[in-house]
Amino acid sequence: MECQECHQRPATLHFTQVINGNKTEVHVCEVCAKEKGYMTYPEEGYSLHNLLSGLFNFDTTQLKNHQGQAFKQEEELTCPKCKMTFTEFKSVGKFGCATCYETFSSRLDPILRRVHAGNTKHAGKIPKRQGGDLHTKKQLEDYKAELQHLIETEAFEEAAKVRDSINALKKQTGDPETGENS
Amino acid sequence: MTLQQFMNEAISPWMREEGPDSDIILSSRIRLARNLSDFTYPILEDQESLEEIRDFFEKEYEHQTFQDYEDFSFIPIHNLTGIERRVLVEKHLISPHLAKRGNAAAAMISKNEQVSVMINEEDHLRIQLYFPGYQLRSALDKAFEFDDWLEEKVNYAFDETKGYLTTCPTNVGTGMRASVMMHLPALTMTKQMNQLLPAINQLGLVVRGIYGEGSEALGNIFQISNQITLGKSEEDIVEDLKSVVDQLIQHERKIRSRMMEHSSLHLEDRIYRSYGVLGYSRVIESKEAAKCISNVRLGIDLGIIKDTPQNILSELMTLIQPGFLQQYAKRELTTKERDILRASLIRERLQLEK
Ligand SMILES: [Zn+2]
Ligand SMILES: [Zn+2]
Repeated sequence: MECQECHQRPATLHFTQVINGNKTEVHVCEVCAKEKGYMTYPEEGYSLHNLLSGLFNFDTTQLKNHQGQAFKQEEELTCPKCKMTFTEFKSVGKFGCATCYETFSSRLDPILRRVHAGNTKHAGKIPKRQGGDLHTKKQLEDYKAELQHLIETEAFEEAAKVRDSINALKKQTGDPETGENS
Repeated sequence: MTLQQFMNEAISPWMREEGPDSDIILSSRIRLARNLSDFTYPILEDQESLEEIRDFFEKEYEHQTFQDYEDFSFIPIHNLTGIERRVLVEKHLISPHLAKRGNAAAAMISKNEQVSVMINEEDHLRIQLYFPGYQLRSALDKAFEFDDWLEEKVNYAFDETKGYLTTCPTNVGTGMRASVMMHLPALTMTKQMNQLLPAINQLGLVVRGIYGEGSEALGNIFQISNQITLGKSEEDIVEDLKSVVDQLIQHERKIRSRMMEHSSLHLEDRIYRSYGVLGYSRVIESKEAAKCISNVRLGIDLGIIKDTPQNILSELMTLIQPGFLQQYAKRELTTKERDILRASLIRERLQLEK
């Protein structure tokens, strides 16, 4: 079988790529696999580079044509810390530093939504030391969600307990908005 | 205890312990991607930053101990030969990507090889923690504790709404990949694995073969991991993964017992033939070896083959890899030479010949 990219060398790598639920068989030679980014992260299984390119509708030929022309018309976002531009980010699919997230924030959510099944907001761990007040804030949010759920399921006794915990937590953090009349 | 231990033993010390559901789940892994807030990310290749990070970790953590993870070795990748890098990849202690990285890349590995931290991989830090068998929750708890321990001394790139800010947007949020390594010979033999794959993908999980290329899974060993890292807590991601893995375990067991009921003679024949091939062949390719190893392991799990340790699968699967063989021979080997050495190491390990 010949390589589907260069049509010269024999295809030595064969795998299935799943993009948005569509399965495609990929047969490429090692050289093309490296060049086209299929092998950038073998640890991750499917090619993330290609997955991302697909998500951003990134097309190499298009970028070449646009460089210096069309892209300049649009305002180019540039990260003040690492100097990465949004165009560069779209082409590599990687951030250059933590500040990039802030810099590109206005355009990030659609991308994240597509990569993470509609999600844009972190719901997991908070760094233990750095997290500071965020831990209490998250605990409060968790309690409130639990409270909501308990009220909906008419588990009022349990709900009262959770409300006590919320008030205790608020008192502890000196939150002026105590739960007396809520 | 140094590099030599990592290089010479095909089986990592933590694998010697038998974990839950070890008839199907070989190991559980949690990987956390972390970056340091004050430095540009490794893809920008700012040597000064990367070296500063590497030196910091060497100074702070070399020979340190955290709980059961004792005496961390600090291994600069550029100090390793090509073969040595390969061995670490084959033992899953570092990623193929790290093995190819330049000067500032390093790995920090605990003596029992249960924890490894890759430094300056795609992210500044990739923390990996392994548990034998099916122990995703324990692995997650320990990974969190270890993460907290590192965080005492470094500032992570973290944002309240976006979570851990990774180099690749596919990892942002938790930065976590939870995975299990599963041995699924019965599902594969009955061609059911191929049918299950799309369904598993639909559930937001990724399945891949650990050994071999692409969709082919050498030795019938599959890795199943989460795809999504944003919008769910680590605990929920692990629970979702577990619910699918639980079903796969049940399925695999059901087919195994059905095979035992209806075609035990043929199954026994297949297993003993493989045992014979491994025990007596003089030249063997890795593909055939992997197939036979999988069969023998199935035979052990079904009680057909006795007096052979269960973890022989993990050990032999590493032992037969090109890097390990060449490390053993202490030189580069041609494919043919590898096939001969592979056969002889397997024979020696199984000790059927007296
Ligand atoms: Zn090609
Ligand atoms: Zn930046």
